[in-house]
Amino acid sequence: MAVTTRTGDAGTPTPTPPRQAGDGRPAGSAGGAGVNVFSHVVLIGWSVMVLVPFVWALLASVKTSAEIFGSPWALPEVYQWSNFARAWDKGVGEYLLNSVIVVTGGVLLTMLLGSMAAYVLARYRFPGNRFIFYLFAAGMMFPVFLAIVPLFFVVQNLGMLSTYQGLILVYVAYSLPFTVFFMHAFFKTLPTSVAEAAFMDGCSHTGVFFRVMLPMAKPGLLSIGIFNVLGQFNQFVLPSFLSPERPVLTQGIATLLASQRYEGDWGALFAAMTIAMVPVVVVYLLFYRQVQAGLTSGTLK
Amino acid sequence: MRHGQYRFIVGFLVLPLALYAVFVISPFIQAFYYSLTNWTGVSPTFDFVGLQNFQTLLHDSLFLRALRNNAVLLVVMPLAVILLALFYAFLLNVGAAGAGAGVRGVRGSGFYKLAFFLPQVLSVPVIAVIWAVIFDPTPTGLVNTVTRGIGLGTLGWLADPNLALYCVLWVLVWGSVGFYLVLFNAAMSSIPRDIYEAAVIDGAGRVATFFRVTVPLLWDTIQTSWVYLAILALDVYALVAVMTAGPGGPANSTQVISLQIAQNGFQFGRAGYASAMGVVLFFFTLLIAAIMLRATRRERIEY
Repeated sequence: MAVTTRTGDAGTPTPTPPRQAGDGRPAGSAGGAGVNVFSHVVLIGWSVMVLVPFVWALLASVKTSAEIFGSPWALPEVYQWSNFARAWDKGVGEYLLNSVIVVTGGVLLTMLLGSMAAYVLARYRFPGNRFIFYLFAAGMMFPVFLAIVPLFFVVQNLGMLSTYQGLILVYVAYSLPFTVFFMHAFFKTLPTSVAEAAFMDGCSHTGVFFRVMLPMAKPGLLSIGIFNVLGQFNQFVLPSFLSPERPVLTQGIATLLASQRYEGDWGALFAAMTIAMVPVVVVYLLFYRQVQAGLTSGTLK
Repeated sequence: MRHGQYRFIVGFLVLPLALYAVFVISPFIQAFYYSLTNWTGVSPTFDFVGLQNFQTLLHDSLFLRALRNNAVLLVVMPLAVILLALFYAFLLNVGAAGAGAGVRGVRGSGFYKLAFFLPQVLSVPVIAVIWAVIFDPTPTGLVNTVTRGIGLGTLGWLADPNLALYCVLWVLVWGSVGFYLVLFNAAMSSIPRDIYEAAVIDGAGRVATFFRVTVPLLWDTIQTSWVYLAILALDVYALVAVMTAGPGGPANSTQVISLQIAQNGFQFGRAGYASAMGVVLFFFTLLIAAIMLRATRRERIEY
């Protein structure tokens, strides 16, 4: 599914009440103690498997290449903060700036256009409504690689290869299906009474949308907004074909890996990786409930 | 009023639809068209060649190799991810159930969800670089220090043609389990508690409850997950492109369809041929989604 094509991030909206099983409830009684210990051993085992490579990569950003490969479990003897300076010199600053510009523009436009389309499709009856909705929804299912070759030529013909506006428009187009789908479900659940009252007071359709419905949809906008920030910041397939001359951070990481195979400056590569990981992990830790809910469920009443 | 309403509807839909039509729908349709031509991607002219591209595909050993590798991923990856995610979700929710209670979460389940889900928010190139380095084939590579510790010795991992595809498979599973754990967990928490209580009163043990109550009630979610994971397995690109040698190596052991499309379309000047591969990929996706949904169909349980 489009801009969000990454390992398993296909959003699968399933209507669920926001009740969280398992959070902060007392552990099982004496009868379940054995199972309880077993559960924790297994769950901690997988947590370690997830966290060790991640923490190891963070540590590698302050190690020398010799330490990274020679003594992988040891802490660095001297913390090599200069790795970050060299990573910056290798272009990471520029890649980061490109990513920030494209994601800022892409997410703002996605949110605006996506919620406009979703709102009209969810709250107004007109001929072709269903068809347009399914047209958007279908975009979540199709493999982006079917379209990648013709897409390249579409963007080339518009003169938008390796430009900010080209990437932004493509990101928006490929983020629309899930955004429309998600916000459609959200606008459906909002009560009609407030909107009717606003109409009574002489508010226009556009006014009702911007002044009444959008503020009411804030929780949904937050979830899908964070989803789009992460998805577009992490996007790799689209920019690697459409923006070869103006790489975003994910492309930069891939390029740096390729060049370290002969340059051998692995510390700088991991410093670049840390620069790429820290922002998303901070966003994740701040908003992980919204991220998880936004990714896995369609309704948040 | 009515007139104004239609103007409003059109006004709100025209921009999103235009963008979507230009950058998503039109390339998809063009791909079908170009798949019937010998277009190089550079020359302004090209000829219609009918189904010739598809006939060539049948004898393209590299493409067939890629197809086979995608098939391995397609069969193993969704199964592994769903079984692991279900198992962990079970441990998270029902695992700690006392004899008298129906369903209770283990302590710290919030932390587990936070940790398991982490790979989902990292970009694929970042994940690919981490694993490319810790799969280092020298004896001091991070993974090798572990395998030596448990007596498996030093392995070649991504440098070994017999292992490389399984390394890709592992990283895909590693990255996906957390997402499906959170998904299944959310679905499980929406199952009313009294169903579990009734099962316990009827004398059902933990395992029986899981297989006879939880799994049937989650079937819709499992089915959807299966289709999404299958699409992921068919569409895999970034991981292979960044992590494997070549990419697609060693000795083409990690070739996949998407890599073939990229190489033919952008390096070998065979845009028409690459489009034909895209069309094959499309029909595979459609076919697999249809088969999955039919084969796994069960009576829907309402609660």
